[in-house]
Amino acid sequence: MLYETSPLAVGIFAAFVAGVLWLSFRLGRKGQSAQGYYAAHGQVHWFVNGVAFAGDYLSAASFLGICGMIAFSGYDGFLYSIGFLAGWVVALFVIAEPIKSLGRFTFADALDARFNSRGIKLAVAISTLVVSIFYLIPQMVGAGSLVTPLLGLPHAVGVILVGVAVTMIVVTAGMVSTTWVQFIKGSLLVLFCGVLTVLILQRGLVVNAGRPGPVDLTPQVHTVCRDGTVLVDGQPQTRDHDLRPVGTISRLPERFADREATGPLGPLAYLAALEDSTIITWNKTTRVDDQGTHVTFTPQERPAADLLRPGGYFKGLASGTLAGRLDFASLMLALFCGTASLPHILIRYYTVKDAAAARRSTVVGIAAIGFFYVLTLYLGLGAMTSGGLDPTDTNMAAPLLAKSFSEILFAVISAIAFTTVLGTVSGLIMAGSGAVAHDLVENVCGIQMTDHEKVRVGKIAAVGLGIVAMALGILFKGFNVGFLVGWAFNIAASANLPALVMLLFWPRTTKQGITAAVTVGMLASLGWILLSADTFEKVYGVPGALAPMPFSQPGLVTIPLGFVVLVVVSLLTPAPTRR
Amino acid sequence: MAPTKTRRGGIRDGMSQENQHDPHDPALTPSRLGLGLFAAYVALYGGFMVLVLVRPDLLAMRPFGGVNLAIIAGLGLIGAAVALSAVYMIARSE
Repeated sequence: MLYETSPLAVGIFAAFVAGVLWLSFRLGRKGQSAQGYYAAHGQVHWFVNGVAFAGDYLSAASFLGICGMIAFSGYDGFLYSIGFLAGWVVALFVIAEPIKSLGRFTFADALDARFNSRGIKLAVAISTLVVSIFYLIPQMVGAGSLVTPLLGLPHAVGVILVGVAVTMIVVTAGMVSTTWVQFIKGSLLVLFCGVLTVLILQRGLVVNAGRPGPVDLTPQVHTVCRDGTVLVDGQPQTRDHDLRPVGTISRLPERFADREATGPLGPLAYLAALEDSTIITWNKTTRVDDQGTHVTFTPQERPAADLLRPGGYFKGLASGTLAGRLDFASLMLALFCGTASLPHILIRYYTVKDAAAARRSTVVGIAAIGFFYVLTLYLGLGAMTSGGLDPTDTNMAAPLLAKSFSEILFAVISAIAFTTVLGTVSGLIMAGSGAVAHDLVENVCGIQMTDHEKVRVGKIAAVGLGIVAMALGILFKGFNVGFLVGWAFNIAASANLPALVMLLFWPRTTKQGITAAVTVGMLASLGWILLSADTFEKVYGVPGALAPMPFSQPGLVTIPLGFVVLVVVSLLTPAPTRR
Repeated sequence: MAPTKTRRGGIRDGMSQENQHDPHDPALTPSRLGLGLFAAYVALYGGFMVLVLVRPDLLAMRPFGGVNLAIIAGLGLIGAAVALSAVYMIARSE
């Protein structure tokens, strides 16, 4: 769909981004030592850190990706919310306090605390970089998706805009400014999603999104020609000849039968009324020929109840195939195990002063994140029935939902989504920069650096990572960001969790065991993803049936594999001696 | 400052950040309370996933007439995570 840019939207957006950058520069003066740059001097208040956890964690995947997935596929998007939150239980009850006590700047510090092994530092630094880069891709794709409708700029420009802004935030003040950007973003995101949810409940359910007459059920064809031109129903796409927005209610429940709108509803009454309604969704079929790629969107009337149960996105659940079920189980295991293995989350434990603060900040994080995930259900379902969805872009569901209320809200929500990307990307680049400067250059290569040099190397690494992130963001345009982030969780959980858990629970763990588990877990999960049906279809453009892997999500196999490798290698190598 | 074990086997606050840990130090393992709450949550999460995988039809039921079981269970799991973490924080601060 083509979008009109409004000067108001651009103004609000620019003010938001400028505000965040100003704050970052202002705080920049505080972060010039290594302890300041990498760990914000370990002086962040636990409450601020807790909200910053939410700002760090609620990425484009959580906001744009989950809302889009619920709006397009129903309940299955909410399963991501459930899995993303569940991971925090592992973080709080198992990982938080020990990791705080063991480490100093990076995740490698914690895993290596007992061994002082270059092998561990090297393996963990590489796994940190791989996970951070896989996590960066969806964030940058989300940024590109947002900028097109809001500012009328091409996808690539959005990606570059985020890349430059984030690199500036990180380079100016490291963890101090990153923490405050994440705190502001986390607060704004939860607050405005709360406002949107209140508006959704106030509006209730409305037949045909308040438009007169019956819902238009004619199919629409969107063609992207080989030369890049876009056709709608065979004619060039213009503002007057564009795809119709989709997703609406066609019939309300019996108890509202003589009305066009339910009026305001309570949170549970809203869900119950939707369950009894009939909605219009759309089927999507794709055909490729000499002219280009033709996607036909065919409106389909169906009971909303069909979309309020599992199986809309995870087709294997509905069809009951073994591979489909294993794929789903694997993803949910990776989400559960992945959170506590994400390097950019783990480094946030070094910004507070002690284990009690680490614990308290995690609880604040869980409360804020849990509340937000409840809101995603309403945002997704509200978007599904708002009559304003762009069928070609799942990532735009939440901003377009805001647009169905007002242009100002659209601008505010888009700006928040953009700062969402800024917050998460700055955390990821911080984690990657620490892995390069502190783990690789200083500890693995053994190059002694002064405090000042350590910060400078970190900043150079941050710029390099920013450039890689921009390139990948342009390359992966058009993917659902929630789907993409699933990969990062799989790799993080497979590479890092076995080592982390066994280090805490099994005294016989050796440095060789940890190095082997991290290396094998990372390579196995990465290799599995690259050879999976999803990647064949969506990245290489090859039929998924040719892929050698039985299902696409590796976690179910590669997480246990990491544990097995760790135990076997540890038993084959000399036990660590008591100091 | 050496890490000291608390009554519940957890970590006392204000520990050293230097890499001077005994590889067998029980103080660096998570607290018993934390592991108990973790086990409780794993049972809830695992039970829900088994239901989704094995009997997804049950999740379409509407036990109280309004919202279906899939949504009740999903919201319940989010609520349980928040509630268990609050219990943990309160218990550990005492």
